[in-house]
Amino acid sequence: MTKTILRLRETSTLPVEADVISPDRFAELSREEVAVLPVLLGRRQKTLGDLFEVEGDGAAEIEIQGDLSHVKWIGQGMTQGRITIRGNVGLHLGSGMQGGEIVVQGDVGAWAGAQMAGGTLRVQGNAGPLLGGPYAGQGRGMRGGVIVIDGDAGPRAGERMRRGLIVIQGNAGEMAGARMIAGTLVVLGRLGARPGPGMKRGTIVALGGLADGLLPTFRYACTYQPVFMRYYLRRLQAMGILISQEQMEADCQRFTGDINTIGKGEILVYG
Amino acid sequence: MHINGVEIEDTFAEAFKMWGARLIITAATPQWAETAARITTGFATSVIGCGCEAGVERLLPPSETPDGRPGASVLFFVSSSKTMEHQLLMRIGQGVMTCPTTACFNGLAGERQVKVGGGLRYFGDGFQSSKLLEGRRLWRIPVMEGEFLIDETFDMGKGVGGGNILILGQSAAATLAASEAAAEAMRQVPDVVLPFPGGIVRSGSKVGSRYKFLTASTNTAYCPTLRGQVDSALPDDVNSVLEIVIDGLSEEAVRQAMRVGIEAACQPGIVRITAGNYGGQLGQFQIALRELWS
Repeated sequence: MTKTILRLRETSTLPVEADVISPDRFAELSREEVAVLPVLLGRRQKTLGDLFEVEGDGAAEIEIQGDLSHVKWIGQGMTQGRITIRGNVGLHLGSGMQGGEIVVQGDVGAWAGAQMAGGTLRVQGNAGPLLGGPYAGQGRGMRGGVIVIDGDAGPRAGERMRRGLIVIQGNAGEMAGARMIAGTLVVLGRLGARPGPGMKRGTIVALGGLADGLLPTFRYACTYQPVFMRYYLRRLQAMGILISQEQMEADCQRFTGDINTIGKGEILVYG
Repeated sequence: MHINGVEIEDTFAEAFKMWGARLIITAATPQWAETAARITTGFATSVIGCGCEAGVERLLPPSETPDGRPGASVLFFVSSSKTMEHQLLMRIGQGVMTCPTTACFNGLAGERQVKVGGGLRYFGDGFQSSKLLEGRRLWRIPVMEGEFLIDETFDMGKGVGGGNILILGQSAAATLAASEAAAEAMRQVPDVVLPFPGGIVRSGSKVGSRYKFLTASTNTAYCPTLRGQVDSALPDDVNSVLEIVIDGLSEEAVRQAMRVGIEAACQPGIVRITAGNYGGQLGQFQIALRELWS
């Protein structure tokens, strides 16, 4: 397996636009060719080699080391391969990704997995706002793939989500699943205030209960054990997410809404 | 060739190409899973009269099912791939969806797919919803008890139907005991089912009849009561014959089931083990009994 290692030369507070860091862009490039790929440091045109030490060859796996809190657009639109980030990373990670895998051993900024269509994004720290969300003016956010956040997520996770799965093992910020169209958002911690405003379809699961109740435009349906949740929780276990037998067999309350729209969305509240 | 003093006749079982599907039925308890499995595979002994052949492959522990509940694996076999969708729609719709607490999953990776949940979903009257995870679409159909969960599509693979053995015994009791032992041994083989009641059939048939409206009729050559009236195939000391029919997802699975079944059936009171065939003119598979151990 081929692997390229990028080491950040020095931390900067200037934003870096590094959408070239993608297995698709690295494909069939030599180390020297990778090093001259263009990036923006602030408003200055630089090369990848200016900002990173480049080691190894190939595109099957890219490992990035350093504090990348100001590095944006890594893995944008990627379709294959794997990116491992050892540290925090900035905005728009995996934006529009269609395949492959990104693993972050740290926190991610806003719009991680924005409008992603496939692949897997795994964050071992926390996520910023608009996880899997849409960009301004866009009708759809995430439309496929899987996002797993081991920590907490900021506001409006899964906004305008159309398809796919987002799992937040910690707490979710306010207005999670806003204007959701379909798909599944599972929160193992507390689900933040005002979840699902304007949602049409789709499922928001509050395994750890609610932080601040639901909007009045969600109606209580029943208390039951949805079988599909057992299937989902078993799949989450297979992804390495800790799910207890009690969670597997727990009752949940089903609320449907948002009745301001077609009202076919659901929020399943456990605990 | 003899096993435990029982003659293994030098003949072959004639089997046919079929399409097979596997359903994983789960429920809140093993009893409900088995109830749904038995009901769904009931009246599925022969494609001639039932449209399909089906049976319970085995009961499953929670660790082996997609939703972590007790389950049952059932196999369906049809002659034509076109009839599988209809059979599964009807049988799952009436036998599984109606049964309390059940869910129904595809259990096979086959070469063709039939839409089942994608058809049954309309029972939800517009309130059905689907979940798509890792390429697998599941339909949630609201029912009075809660929700019925079912895969959108089920896979079909090429299988083998009509593998069989005939157990010829000195008495009805001895023949039944040997057949029960054979069926029990065969049930331990993966990828096969025995579609007849308890795995055993007493009314084996031959092709054709003296009546024009019948395509099959009783296997007169193996009916002990007709020994003096027809060209009987029975040795003098045989007074009862039972047959076990095996359908499997592969020829090797059918062969293995026949092998262990014959070994289990070779008990005191059994005279001969043979097999049904049509002279090799109809079936695509000829499974020679004496070659099962080679």
